[in-house]
Amino acid sequence: MTSTTLPARIKSKVLTGKLALGILAVLVLLAFSLFTGVYDIFGKDDGAMMFAVTRIPRTIALVLAGAAMAMSGLVMQLLTQNRFVEPTTTGTTEWAGLGLLTMLVFFPTATLLAKMSVAIAFAFIGTMIFFLFLQRVSLKASLTVPIVGIMLGSVVGAFSTFFALSTDKLQSMGIWLAGSFTSVIRGQYEVLWIVAIVAVAIYIVADRFTVAGLGEEIATNVGLNYRQVMLLGTALIAVATGVVTVVIGNLPFLGLIVPNIVSMVRGDDLRSNLPWVCLLGIAITTICDLVGRTIIMPFEVPVSLILGVLGAVVFIFLLLRQRKVG
Amino acid sequence: MITLNSVSKQYSSTVSIGPVSLEIPTGGITALVGPNGAGKSTMLTMVGRLLGIDQGSIEVSGYDVSKTNSKDLAKIVSILRQENHFVTRLTVRQLVGFGRYPHSKGRLTQADEEIISRSIDFLDLGELEARYLDELSGGQRQRAYVAMVLAQDTDTVLLDEPLNNLDMKHSVVMMQHLQRAARELNRTIVIVLHDINFAGHYADYICAMKQGKVVHFGTPAQIMQDEILSEVFETPVNVVPGPNGPLAVYY
Repeated sequence: MTSTTLPARIKSKVLTGKLALGILAVLVLLAFSLFTGVYDIFGKDDGAMMFAVTRIPRTIALVLAGAAMAMSGLVMQLLTQNRFVEPTTTGTTEWAGLGLLTMLVFFPTATLLAKMSVAIAFAFIGTMIFFLFLQRVSLKASLTVPIVGIMLGSVVGAFSTFFALSTDKLQSMGIWLAGSFTSVIRGQYEVLWIVAIVAVAIYIVADRFTVAGLGEEIATNVGLNYRQVMLLGTALIAVATGVVTVVIGNLPFLGLIVPNIVSMVRGDDLRSNLPWVCLLGIAITTICDLVGRTIIMPFEVPVSLILGVLGAVVFIFLLLRQRKVG
Repeated sequence: MITLNSVSKQYSSTVSIGPVSLEIPTGGITALVGPNGAGKSTMLTMVGRLLGIDQGSIEVSGYDVSKTNSKDLAKIVSILRQENHFVTRLTVRQLVGFGRYPHSKGRLTQADEEIISRSIDFLDLGELEARYLDELSGGQRQRAYVAMVLAQDTDTVLLDEPLNNLDMKHSVVMMQHLQRAARELNRTIVIVLHDINFAGHYADYICAMKQGKVVHFGTPAQIMQDEILSEVFETPVNVVPGPNGPLAVYY
């Protein structure tokens, strides 16, 4: 073994030609998003104003929310060592929703930031409960974990519904939580930029999450504080999910589809995968939003509906594939 | 050198370890043998600080395992437990690279890459290094994990039943690799083995455990005796001369 063969053996470049192509494709999609809509932005006098107030914010929101949910799913899958978890199959989204509802009922005049903070706190607590439960019962069987998560989420969701019903908030909660980019306008979406910070944080500590994905014992063996990484990961997921749930609503299955597709093609090295996970997350969200905006023009279908249909199909495909592999 | 000073641990209501006092010398392979539930894996896990101890102290190369920072310990002792169910989709090279984590924190230098390559070549994984772990056979995957702990470059390496799930050929190859690692790379390897004959042939020292206590410690020649093995394994064992050294017959 000589060191002259080394360069050929090392392949860890993050920026490649393929990635550049991917970025280009996503940019094209985003351009479509910018110029799709009922309002004639070129013909009318206030077209430029409408463009700045609705189209640009909406497109930025697509980028941020899509990337955030896809990354949350990826980190969650590494931390639980399970391919089927993501914020909507572990109850995280439902907890964030319950947090939001609590604010709507008790502090209806609170600022968006305050509502969001409470949603984040609820998402964090709920996800921790789920993780602690997993540790206690050591359910590592791949299918049991999301089933437990979905059940937990349903219980929280049912409680929220009952709570909303008895406080006459059911309708407004439904509107808040149905994932939709329709109401994204200037002045109401800017807090979404918080998830950009989450993305940077995940990139910086990416290796720790990958090591944690090898299991607690291997992580401890290489000197990683496993619990600390779990807490950090949960906090980042909670922030991303909380912010997106409050500003956009549910984006079901996004965190499930994207990391699984990327993993199939590129493996599980988080650092080199992150750009791809972000891109694919953005692409899928944008496509679903474009479909939602155009199929019943001039009306819109919430993006969560399209994602739900698409996600369910991919989820079933993954299940069948898993059974074949064994 | 690994030193255990009256170490004890209540593992569960039925399994308890110790008090164990033991010195495992530097260099060579030390095999932990004994019947099921003797506490071999538990003891190994405690030495590798994956499990806390109730009483006593464990020192590896002079560092107290329960008082030394886990990050620093990762450069002194590495431990590999039995394979877990979840198989991450990392390539062999990426996995072995994470063995360098205690040294590089994920930012691999040229020197790290060379150690990774050496470790991969040492376990004959050169052709498989770009393959994903879930595309490998159980034996190949086991070898990749061993390459990872070797790349960690610690003086002491603890392996919990690395021959589990390996067929005859791969078990022999694995033991030969470990023997070379002990001799050529000067590692102190402590290994839990089920097959007493593997221990008798490849180990430099055998540590026999029973009911949570160390009952015998010595060279294979000292341990491979009818009375000792029969007593440890609670079944009649005859040691007969084989073509390559003594063999325990217990069928």
